[in-house]
Amino acid sequence: MKIDVEHIARLARLGLTEQEKKLYGDQLSRILGHAEELNKLKTDNVAPTTHAIPMKNVFREDKAIPCEDTEAILRNAPAEESNMFLVPRIIE
Amino acid sequence: MNSLTAHELHQLLLNKKVSSVEITEAVFKQIEKNEDKVKAYVSLTKEKALKNAEEADKRIRSGENIPPLCGIPIAIKDNMCTKGTRTTCSSKILNNYLPPYDATIVKKLDDLLAVPTGKTNLDEFAMGSSTENSGYFTTKNPWDLKTVPGGSSGGSAAATAADECILALGSDTGGSIRQPASFCGVVGLKPTYGLVSRYGLIAFASSLDQIGPITKDVTDAALLLNAIAGYDQKDSTSVNRPVPNYQNSLVNSADKLRIGLISDLMGKGIDEDVKKAIKTAARVFESMGAIVEEVSMPTFEYAVPTYYIIAPAEASSNLARFDGVKFGHRSKEAPDLINMYYNTRKEGFGSEVKRRIMIGTYVLSAGYYDAFYLKALKARTLIKQDFEKAFKRFDILISPTAPSVAFKIGEKANDPLSMYLSDIATIPVNLAGLPAISLPCGFSKGLPIGLQIIGDAFAEEKTLQAAFAYEQHTDWHKKRPKL
Repeated sequence: MKIDVEHIARLARLGLTEQEKKLYGDQLSRILGHAEELNKLKTDNVAPTTHAIPMKNVFREDKAIPCEDTEAILRNAPAEESNMFLVPRIIE
Repeated sequence: MNSLTAHELHQLLLNKKVSSVEITEAVFKQIEKNEDKVKAYVSLTKEKALKNAEEADKRIRSGENIPPLCGIPIAIKDNMCTKGTRTTCSSKILNNYLPPYDATIVKKLDDLLAVPTGKTNLDEFAMGSSTENSGYFTTKNPWDLKTVPGGSSGGSAAATAADECILALGSDTGGSIRQPASFCGVVGLKPTYGLVSRYGLIAFASSLDQIGPITKDVTDAALLLNAIAGYDQKDSTSVNRPVPNYQNSLVNSADKLRIGLISDLMGKGIDEDVKKAIKTAARVFESMGAIVEEVSMPTFEYAVPTYYIIAPAEASSNLARFDGVKFGHRSKEAPDLINMYYNTRKEGFGSEVKRRIMIGTYVLSAGYYDAFYLKALKARTLIKQDFEKAFKRFDILISPTAPSVAFKIGEKANDPLSMYLSDIATIPVNLAGLPAISLPCGFSKGLPIGLQIIGDAFAEEKTLQAAFAYEQHTDWHKKRPKL
């Protein structure tokens, strides 16, 4: 199994070193090759399970409740200004 | 004193034979003595611990109704948010993260005045079976410092076994509570999915993650489950149903209990000593009047590939939030937004986390979704159906928790597939969302073996009763490592 490591890394927004690209290329082939074992299972009329217990959407009353402390949240920001998160310029 | 259980210490506290401050000091003394060898903790919270201990002593003196965990030192796995206390997930990307809020279970324990000793080491983002994937250091197994404590909750299990806490919290996505409990000779309980709130548990695979107790005996597991179980509005997958008092399940009887011994986990790939210990455990149950029969779970051989598609898929989505914008590490190499993402994640994540993000992204990507992800979701249905069939015939199922005892540090580190395959006995339980407990049932080469008892959904009571009855007939849980 051949895997386009650079394409997948780009989708995941994940920078990889040249060494990692080679390593993951080999390892992913092996791991996903093992996953192909699943093709032995007949699943034609089987419904997929996303959660082990039945799930339905949960609503709460539409009532304002206090948010977490803004200061405590911003303390973790790598860069902030006037209660906003700063990121590198997006639009020239 | 620090080698006692929570329920033993609770009695001593009520009888004023000892104070919570004294217990807490004894635990921290043990930490000072052994932590250099064991390395169970990422951070210690002694100040907060002593503050809660003093409060607890005040409450006990006032003679109010004292909950069983009041004044008892507990270690918390470092993937659960603690307000204002560093929470790292053992990842470099969260090296300086100070959560603005408490996880629901942390808040619940604080309200009881339990005493938080610190945050324990794990495989980065709970991805691993040995703590070797921690971004900081590898925790050592207190039974043999050259072997792994298991993972991902290896820090919590090692701290409990080394008496560096009285009990601990772990989280279990594919065996991360039960396997380290097995390797460290302690009790580990993964509750039914939805029984314990995940609010504030930093997500790995949301449909599989569940928080649970790691303790020195089954009674403590029931007490800790009492403290953390229950509906939480802040977790949309939390199940709203009445929670029983699990202490009432601690009944020393297995008479007429119908037990299925999973034959697929007693064959190839399972160590002889482990098989022998599990067969002996089955005889112990029979001697109590239980009926033990073999049961085959034919889909189990597909559980590992199913899990290693679903869990990375969910992880790749959950871990998208670590992008250097709002919290955590941000790369200094950030000429523009996209390169900030690339470099932040390149520098912040360790090798196993990157591997899983890659697998997850691949199986969800256009052209592969149906062949891998959807196929795995269908396999998950079949695995769940195997359990449903089995629970028509049996009250509980038993198996080894892990195919072997603790392996050597470094032994599997360069072979991710072989590491993944060692999760064979625990993974099916998470895929089906069921409760399961691991408890000590023997030794091989001086290292503990774990017996896994699996219950039907929300049948924690039956599971705990079987575990308690077994424990009353054996003394494996009383063995302690010599450090």
